[in-house]
Amino acid sequence: MISPTSRPRLAPKVRVRFDRRGQQYMLLYPEKGLALNSTAAAVVSLCTGEHTVEAIVEHLAAKCETESRERVEHEILAFLQAMADRGLVKDGS
Amino acid sequence: MISAHRPYTLVAELTYRCPLRCVYCSNPLDYTRHDQELNTETWLRVLREAEELGVVQLNLTGGEPLIRSDLEALIAEARRLDLYTNLITSGVPLTLERLRGFRALGLDNVQLSIQDVEAHASDRIAGHRSFARKLEVARWVKSLGFPLTLNVVLHRHNLDRVPEVIALAESLAADRLELANTQYLGWALLNRPALLPTREQLDGARAVAAVARDRLRGTMEILFVTPDYYARFPKACMDGWGRRFLVISPDGLVMPCHVAHTLPGLTFDSVRGRALTEIWRDSPGLNAFRGEEWMPEPCRSCDRRAIDFGGCRCQAFHLTGDASVTDPACSLSPHHAIVEAARGEADDVAARTLDLQYRQPQAPAAAG
Repeated sequence: MISPTSRPRLAPKVRVRFDRRGQQYMLLYPEKGLALNSTAAAVVSLCTGEHTVEAIVEHLAAKCETESRERVEHEILAFLQAMADRGLVKDGS
Repeated sequence: MISAHRPYTLVAELTYRCPLRCVYCSNPLDYTRHDQELNTETWLRVLREAEELGVVQLNLTGGEPLIRSDLEALIAEARRLDLYTNLITSGVPLTLERLRGFRALGLDNVQLSIQDVEAHASDRIAGHRSFARKLEVARWVKSLGFPLTLNVVLHRHNLDRVPEVIALAESLAADRLELANTQYLGWALLNRPALLPTREQLDGARAVAAVARDRLRGTMEILFVTPDYYARFPKACMDGWGRRFLVISPDGLVMPCHVAHTLPGLTFDSVRGRALTEIWRDSPGLNAFRGEEWMPEPCRSCDRRAIDFGGCRCQAFHLTGDASVTDPACSLSPHHAIVEAARGEADDVAARTLDLQYRQPQAPAAAG
């Protein structure tokens, strides 16, 4: 389970690349690809195993003026849990 | 949204040569007609042009791609182009040294086929003593830090052993397990009477896979590909004709899937004489079944036409003789009785012994 104290990192099978045609980042893994919107790309770029989910939320909530911190936290936790369920993110803590 | 006709995946069939002789091989029966393989330079150009078209995934496959001595050059170029590169192999002609080299060059994933969970059964389906070597290769793959995909083609003779297949995949620390029920085309269609399972077998295996998928969530991805002979609706074959996949045969034909060159009356262009970008746009073969214009009833007015795209064109042709009819696997198809009859046969031959035709070079078919 991904929790606020988890330190998510991308699984070794995952690569991130910029997609010129879609002008967005893509997450690539065996047989599949996932287009990342700018928030998701920002979250993924912080999945290095160093930062806690809490710190990632802090970082992104500070940049986001339109949504509450609670809302940002809820969305990031849900996103990371979905990624973990697919084996794309591991808890490095 | 991203444009409908953008290839994301290039399936590069580098050769039809293979040490195995699997009885369900998806290469065409007349594969020896396509033995004039592309040279390295052409493949390198194709990779660059594919990336320009939008391709982000590269499957290096065959036949057995390890037979090509230029695999290193292709992997290096794919890495330079930032493609996610997957080697699809039987593992047989591999050495640890070569695999280590692939790792250094930037290969991303290794997909290894196994035919069953024990040597005798696996080797019998492959027509080659290869099982022990495959397990060794699986361990090399993991020891070098690659993600490992295990691919097991399922049929009547191994479906009951899906629990053991899952246990084997776990013991090898596979990252992904593809439980792929046989697609009845090519050699598999020839061997269908011996390979098609019963519904009971299938339901049992599917239930086991579902439980394992939940248990292993986040650790090992388990894919269970239902055989469309037992589905109500057909598969969205290749995610639709000429939409997201590009397949190139060993001799350079650009196709929507790996069997399309068996359909008569369609023209597929070769990358030898033309840029891939042009072919993707203009190829008569690729355009033949794009969109919905070609669709007959019941597809044309069906709610599912944008979900399954009418199913598999190759299956339509090989079962009915007409590539432009609804896939007979669909329960709404006027030709569905063909599939029902095959299912009935599967129940009938349950007690029959295995009589298999191995993949081998075929004598040219008589004219007409």
